[in-house]
Amino acid sequence: MKTQRCKGSRDLLPEDMVRFRYIEGVFRSCCLEWGYKEIRTPTLEYLHLFTSTGTLTPSMLNKVYSFLDWDGWSGERVVLRPEGTIPAARLYIENLLQLRPAKLFYVENVFSFEETGKESRERWQCGAEIIGSAKPSADVELMLLALETLSKLGIKGVELRLSHAGLIKALLHELGLTPVEQNQVFDRILDGDTEVMKKMIGANPQLRDSLPLLFELKGKSPGFLQNLKASLVKVFPDLEVSMEDFVTIAQLLSELGCEYQVDIASGKGFEYYTGVIFRLYLERHEVGGGGRYNDLIPLLGGGNISASGFALHVDRFMDFIEDWQDTTPRVLVRGEVNTVKGEKVCFEIASLLRKAGYVAELDQGYTGASDHRWILSIQGMEEKPAFLLTDQASGKIIEANSPTDILGILQASKCN
Amino acid sequence: MQLKLALPKGRLLPWTNILLQKSGLELSGYNEHSRSYRPQCSNLPDLFLKIFHERDIPIQVAVGNYDLGICGLDWVEELLVKYPSSALVKVRDLGYGESDLCVAIGKSAKVASIEELKSKVDTIRIATEYPNLAESFALRLRLKRFNIFPLWGAAEVYPPESADLALLSQTPDSLFDQELIPLTSILCSSAFLIAYQPSWESKDLSPLLHRLYAVGNMEKEIEEGLKSQGGGTKEPFSSSQLQDSAVWLALPDGHQQKPTLEFLRKSGIKIEGQFAESRRPTISLEGVKVKVIRPQDMPLQVANKNFDLAITGKDWLYDHLYRFPSSPVKEVLDLGFGKVRVVAVVSNKLLVDSPQDLRELLRRGSLTTLRVASEYTNIADKYARDNHLSPYRLIPTWGASEAFLPEDADLLIENVQTGRTLAQHNLKIIDTLFESSACLISSTFSSGDLSKRKRMNYVLQILRQAARRN
Repeated sequence: MKTQRCKGSRDLLPEDMVRFRYIEGVFRSCCLEWGYKEIRTPTLEYLHLFTSTGTLTPSMLNKVYSFLDWDGWSGERVVLRPEGTIPAARLYIENLLQLRPAKLFYVENVFSFEETGKESRERWQCGAEIIGSAKPSADVELMLLALETLSKLGIKGVELRLSHAGLIKALLHELGLTPVEQNQVFDRILDGDTEVMKKMIGANPQLRDSLPLLFELKGKSPGFLQNLKASLVKVFPDLEVSMEDFVTIAQLLSELGCEYQVDIASGKGFEYYTGVIFRLYLERHEVGGGGRYNDLIPLLGGGNISASGFALHVDRFMDFIEDWQDTTPRVLVRGEVNTVKGEKVCFEIASLLRKAGYVAELDQGYTGASDHRWILSIQGMEEKPAFLLTDQASGKIIEANSPTDILGILQASKCN
Repeated sequence: MQLKLALPKGRLLPWTNILLQKSGLELSGYNEHSRSYRPQCSNLPDLFLKIFHERDIPIQVAVGNYDLGICGLDWVEELLVKYPSSALVKVRDLGYGESDLCVAIGKSAKVASIEELKSKVDTIRIATEYPNLAESFALRLRLKRFNIFPLWGAAEVYPPESADLALLSQTPDSLFDQELIPLTSILCSSAFLIAYQPSWESKDLSPLLHRLYAVGNMEKEIEEGLKSQGGGTKEPFSSSQLQDSAVWLALPDGHQQKPTLEFLRKSGIKIEGQFAESRRPTISLEGVKVKVIRPQDMPLQVANKNFDLAITGKDWLYDHLYRFPSSPVKEVLDLGFGKVRVVAVVSNKLLVDSPQDLRELLRRGSLTTLRVASEYTNIADKYARDNHLSPYRLIPTWGASEAFLPEDADLLIENVQTGRTLAQHNLKIIDTLFESSACLISSTFSSGDLSKRKRMNYVLQILRQAARRN
């Protein structure tokens, strides 16, 4: 039988891993510089962790890889982690409850069933959370951290779109909709179902001006939001708190010179969130997103603790990273004398080269071309070996008399 | 070109038989008493027919072993809800064999709606033969914490003591268990004609479809055909009161029922109430309550303390323990009766006499994948693994397993008493896995209730004495 990759899974080849580690490295260093601490949660969690909050929609939960493991006689199902935030919140409640605020980050894989198998069912996320702060500036901090990571990766043209779950929920609640209906109605509005909007306006004529404004207009300044607030709050005073929060965030972003677009429609899938929702787009692809989820930790039984976070979807922007290569010169060390002593010389020289900062690989039988910049061939007598350095870039062959000589030649070529 | 049709045994058999007759198919060997699983059709010689447990049919059709199948919509949905990309086409509602899949709760739970239940119980236990539909129901309802207990049958007897909810199939002629209140219906089922998608797209199924569609008002025709066969009504169940310290004893239905009753009689224990009809008979042991359930379901139920003691077979205990090695269930007493051998079986057509021969066939590539059918999924899995029968694929079955060989499986793990039935089906035994007999099982997590523990020990003592005498 031909061994095959599991449907919907992906192999990361050496060149993919170079890019992956580069992304991970940039994200880690950004987070560490901002004072975040790294965590890693287990791949397996109990299913009830994800059902208990009631924040994941049934359609999401239907795509979770869940099964009974060897301990499953009680009917307790385990899942392959479908997302990063709920496990991070669980980790916080179980281990770090004294830490407030806790700034945490992780690079993790998440699993979700995708029916066609054409897209990967295992994805990688770079996520960060601030747990224990209700300040609007915490939301802004997370946005800037996400943007900084993408910018340091050399990705240009990232759009930041803002929406607000508190605002959407308060509005739909005002219209007398239950949480389940809220979601359906919102989706239908976003799908361009004008009938729903007409019906809502019919039921409440005061919405005639403000509702289309809310869903159709896109703004780039706090002024836009302030005007929206003025028109909406008159009709629905309960929207004031959320509007205020939204305006504060927009103001701070503007002050910091961060461009954004207010786009209520980008709040699709708002159920999870309670406050601001932000999405990062790159050429129509959503490459990351997050927001405030103040209800999650209380629902998990961790007490009244606010939280906010984001995740970058590594798989979606990996291809946008310009081929990033390790520029450390690579040397292939090839011993032409096939004795133990001859091998010993090869090991010693390679070790010396590594200490000097080169990638030094022992030749264990390369056939065909290698991608090394240099090939060091060690020949001659065991007591006095001869060294031949081939520069694969220029085709030049240089003779060296001693290890010091070799380092000198390599160093000289670096300067050229 | 051969056309393959999978037919149901059990509840839908009489109706389906009439449908096929009315369609003008001249059938032999498709009735409740026939011993063969391969009915013959004399006027459509290219039609290959096989009888399966209803639950196996959607799977058999979806994997392409059969072009068409007839079974209840409930089993089709049970497959599709979990595996929506299954290659199944729902061709036609055949209009008979109606049933209602509903979620029911025990009367004494005093809960009128699911919303109320959600607020009362931490973990909601759902007992059902339809675990996939139950999971989908629980997720849709956003139940925060639930455990689903998959069952082989008798879901109606579980609430309120052994489960909070039951998802069960209710047919018009079956009386609703008086202990139960239906909360909501999730599916109206009836017999469906289903097709394997690639066959539906590329194979000429018309010789059969023309005939089936020619039957006009099927419901009426079939009803007329069935008029002579009156259905009996079931005895309503006696109501019971919850007693926390009562010892719950599970007794088996099916083949194990008669020898179990005989054994209890010899032990001096009386069972009253119409045992065959009622799933809640009374027992002449004070503080002990009895439910009659499927022996297959008992280990999981005892592990979860839904029952304290149960009389089942070692085969089902092993099947459970192979799947869940950390389960707290253990055998406390070998009862000695109901002896069977669990064996590995192949068709006489297959030239092998041992598992080593099978391995050799796989090694040589004469068999690309070994299809292992069994009701004992976990025993079969372990057997294939231990014997390095790789690559293999498990086919869980729900009865009538002999029928799978040789067309739809290569190896069968099955229990036998004499082996006569196997010989009749042209099958042979190539290995014996172990001997099984009836046993009493209990959980290693003992009850904290002293009086309950005493009662359990008392039951154990009585049964032990009888087992010694046996």
